[in-house]
Amino acid sequence: MTQTRSLIDENGKRTDGRTKDQLRDVKITAGVIKNADGSAFIEFGMNKIVVAVYGPREVHPKHMALADRCVLRCRYHMSPFSTDTRKNPAPSRREVEISKVMREALEPTLMLEDYPRAAIDVYVEVLQADGGSRCAGITAASVALADAGINMRDLVSACAAGKVDDRIVLDINDTEDKEGDADMPVAYMPHLEQVTLLQLDGILNEDQFNQCLDEAVNGCKMVYEFQRKALMQKYFGNETELKEEQ
Amino acid sequence: MVPGDRIVEGNFRPLFNVIRAGNSIVATRIGIAEAGREGVKVIPLSGIYIPRVNDIVIGKILDHSSLSWGVDINSCFSAHLPAQDVFGRDFSPARDDMGRELAIGDLITARIIAFDRTRDPMITIQDKDLGKIPRGEFIKISATRVPRLIGKRGSMIQTIEYATHTRVLIGQNGIIVVTGRDLEGIKLAVRAIRMVEEEAHTANLTQRVKTLLGVSDASPSDNTHGTQPQNEAVGEELNEVEKGEKI
Repeated sequence: MTQTRSLIDENGKRTDGRTKDQLRDVKITAGVIKNADGSAFIEFGMNKIVVAVYGPREVHPKHMALADRCVLRCRYHMSPFSTDTRKNPAPSRREVEISKVMREALEPTLMLEDYPRAAIDVYVEVLQADGGSRCAGITAASVALADAGINMRDLVSACAAGKVDDRIVLDINDTEDKEGDADMPVAYMPHLEQVTLLQLDGILNEDQFNQCLDEAVNGCKMVYEFQRKALMQKYFGNETELKEEQ
Repeated sequence: MVPGDRIVEGNFRPLFNVIRAGNSIVATRIGIAEAGREGVKVIPLSGIYIPRVNDIVIGKILDHSSLSWGVDINSCFSAHLPAQDVFGRDFSPARDDMGRELAIGDLITARIIAFDRTRDPMITIQDKDLGKIPRGEFIKISATRVPRLIGKRGSMIQTIEYATHTRVLIGQNGIIVVTGRDLEGIKLAVRAIRMVEEEAHTANLTQRVKTLLGVSDASPSDNTHGTQPQNEAVGEELNEVEKGEKI
């Protein structure tokens, strides 16, 4: 968190040329893996993440099954080639933690009680990392879960905000994450207007915290439009109607 | 509709794949919303099969205990077929050989007789048109595509059967068995079914299926579901199968 150089220039442009409230380029494609029940591929700036959802399916080992609801299992994993230097493919402490927070970010939206004694597996594979991969992973996982036809109260959109050069900025990238002052990933259900994940790495005062949260929520709302577009594109194409019989 | 979308506001009855949120009805699945007098529902375009009582399904025997068979019904719940259902009330695990009646890997047409959140579905093969499926080409499609494959009053499946001289047995769980004497006919029927599965949500699908099958618009429309196919050789052997086909 030690700042070594100016991350915002005199024109208010950041290291990658964005303004302070601008998202990186986002592209989401739903249904990219045929063998999975639901899947999504997201490009969030330089992040490239593929998510596959399997289930609801029978729980193995069976003792893990819950009598009244479904078990949600998340696995966040960074490929060895996803970073500058080779990443050991064994699950690191960070990956175990992110798997847990992703599960907790997705659980509130899923109607797990509809599938008792079953399990839903969410595999998040980071192919290329560029800061904010947990947010991109949650965003893609939400699309993949919807693609799998699992009952959901809402989609979950995620976006980070942070403090760089004493200014609150939206969607911080890898450089800003490493050299900036604070990083706040937020996951949010846009229709229900509820936050499902809020983490903070760094120090903010109360005003900055509120400002940062508002900025992140605005970012989530922008990300939601990309999620919706991806799902509509897969299921309805350009013509969004079903004229023929069901 | 995608999950979270508000379908309608007001005092409507939520039916399937929707929830009430305040004064609104909200979709919980990707699909087509339908609001009618009876309530509001979303016809899903993806998702696994969730059993419902009285559904007719096609299942595969997985294994058996001393009292029941375990049956894969293409769902997250495996079904139970009690041995008494096949052997009758005087079934004795010591005397009756369950493996001789239904072996592992056999396909059956069955009806779901009991299912709730607390236990796995129970099925029966004792009703009319149910039982073991002796032969056929096995296909698995998404259960959400089944209504589209059947079509309005069975129009789509009739078109496929008529044009390919096959019998298509459809389970509501998305498992399909195609039978017929003509291998080319079976292959064509499978291609048509795959096309319906992949393009289920697009317009003018019936027309495209007809083009694939090489039939004109008028030919199959008056053909009822029970009509024998022109290829008479198919008839007799498939009698057992076709009994259960109007699922």
